[in-house]
Amino acid sequence: MSMLSSIAQMFGREPGRKPHDSLYAPQARVIHEAKRDIKGKKERVAAIKAERDRKMSYKWRNRRWASIIIVNALFVISFSLDIQLIEGSLSASRVMGFHFADLNAALQVMLAFKEILINLVIGTVTVLILWWVLGGRTFCSWVCPYHLLSEFAEKIHLRLVEMKLVRDLTMHRGVRTVLYVIFAGLAFGTGYTVFEAISPVGILSRALIYGPGLALIWVFALLAYEVFVTRRAWCRYMCPIGLTYGMVGITSPVYVKYDLKDCLHEGDCRQVCMVPHVLEPTKKGFALKDITALGPDCTRCGMCVDICPTNSLNFDIKGLNKLL
Amino acid sequence: MSEAKPPSPAKKPITVRQLRERRRVLRSIGAGAVVVGAALLGFFPVVKKWAERLRPPGAIEEQPFLAACIKCGQCVQVCPVEAVKLGDLDEGFGVGAPYIDARTQACDFSCDAVQCVLACPTGALSHDVDKKEQVRMGLAELTRPHACLARQGKGFKGLARGADFPGLHRYMHVDRWTPIRIADHPYDLELCDLCVRECPIEEAIYLERVSRDPLDPARTPVVTEKCVGCGMCEMICPVDEAAITVTIRMMWEDRV
Repeated sequence: MSMLSSIAQMFGREPGRKPHDSLYAPQARVIHEAKRDIKGKKERVAAIKAERDRKMSYKWRNRRWASIIIVNALFVISFSLDIQLIEGSLSASRVMGFHFADLNAALQVMLAFKEILINLVIGTVTVLILWWVLGGRTFCSWVCPYHLLSEFAEKIHLRLVEMKLVRDLTMHRGVRTVLYVIFAGLAFGTGYTVFEAISPVGILSRALIYGPGLALIWVFALLAYEVFVTRRAWCRYMCPIGLTYGMVGITSPVYVKYDLKDCLHEGDCRQVCMVPHVLEPTKKGFALKDITALGPDCTRCGMCVDICPTNSLNFDIKGLNKLL
Repeated sequence: MSEAKPPSPAKKPITVRQLRERRRVLRSIGAGAVVVGAALLGFFPVVKKWAERLRPPGAIEEQPFLAACIKCGQCVQVCPVEAVKLGDLDEGFGVGAPYIDARTQACDFSCDAVQCVLACPTGALSHDVDKKEQVRMGLAELTRPHACLARQGKGFKGLARGADFPGLHRYMHVDRWTPIRIADHPYDLELCDLCVRECPIEEAIYLERVSRDPLDPARTPVVTEKCVGCGMCEMICPVDEAAITVTIRMMWEDRV
């Protein structure tokens, strides 16, 4: 999958059909062809999966949950103990004196206020560089407190689906792009940071640090929708913050690498993924090259890395091999 | 010939797949509309001024203030008397924006250097303000003159706001650096002058005779152009329902 089409997919384009054979890179063609006539494939897949289930680790998920909890706890502890380590909340803060500003919140303020203070520029650039290095939407799955709650809602939702009590009603991912444009336009046009009134990230972060308020009702409403109607509705289909960070991560060095060679194409990764369109190349016959970088919508959550029975998905840093 | 026309392809019944896709798109549009609608509800409290709030020192005009504020609460964190609070859902676009409830806890400039302004990363609290005397949050007014103790010539003895009042104030002569509870600082005054005595701004308020009779102890508080509207007088006023209150965002020139 080319970078352009993965960007288009981030903005909402549906993944395409299986690419024509002529598009494969030479190494990929060899691998695809070799996979065609493996005998006893079913048994092999079953054996490998059984092996994986025996040793299943949740390494990346556990690290990630620890990261979300630690980052948010630092904000809370810093204020409650008055140690001035991280002042502010996720929308803007000062970390040991250095300005940080959430990119989407800063964008809303710049569009609505139309004046930009140097502190905000410093905070925005710092955060931009930070998340560009770490992978853009890495913010979503490694820092955002809503993401963690949403993961629990997802678990309940999937359980209910399994019990046939609810159906997962999917949506069109283009909604997020439309919302992004609408909220940017509203900020510029009305002069109010309209999106901030409903940003679950801001609401949750402030509730954690400064105490809960009525605004949590909105967050619970979103979670309820995710439990009963649409799997990961907010993070997958709606959140403009996710799109902002997604754009930041387009050229990020930290990414998840897909290695075609050993992949069994059984699709466990796409089952656990919040943004499964980035895993399109893992479908049989879809990868154009032997090594593919997952698209910018990938939140680098590592669920696919944990679940992959053949170790075909891994975190990687672009250019690191050349350096070493 | 025209009778033999085959049914036009446009009238072909749609497939289940198309129907599902149509529903999916409609559902997406609906969900998106709900999100935008929920956000736009924030207009009502702002436009209708349901909750007009006293903003922290240095706050620029209300509309640009709400635009510039990034709702991070850094101003909350630096305030030594915890006067700054954040708005909730009922304030619409004021969700997460800071305000001060002067009667509960006024800003008494205990921090000396308008810390909240220095903490603000976006200039919602204008960095042009660097001294407390430059602040203009509103203007104190004797809104209930008949309740004022000084006007009745009365003194005040005891705790200004009762023993349970959690409000803090920095009494320079008690502790230069740390604000203490008002409930820990009893008064014994021949004539109540709490609003003048505890005002953090010099020459912002003084007591004036109400009659020519030199034996008449009655005085009335008079607010001057120097008042910054911090609300300290409103907090300390010992009568039930303060006699003196801050009119939010009123400027000296706006007086009637």
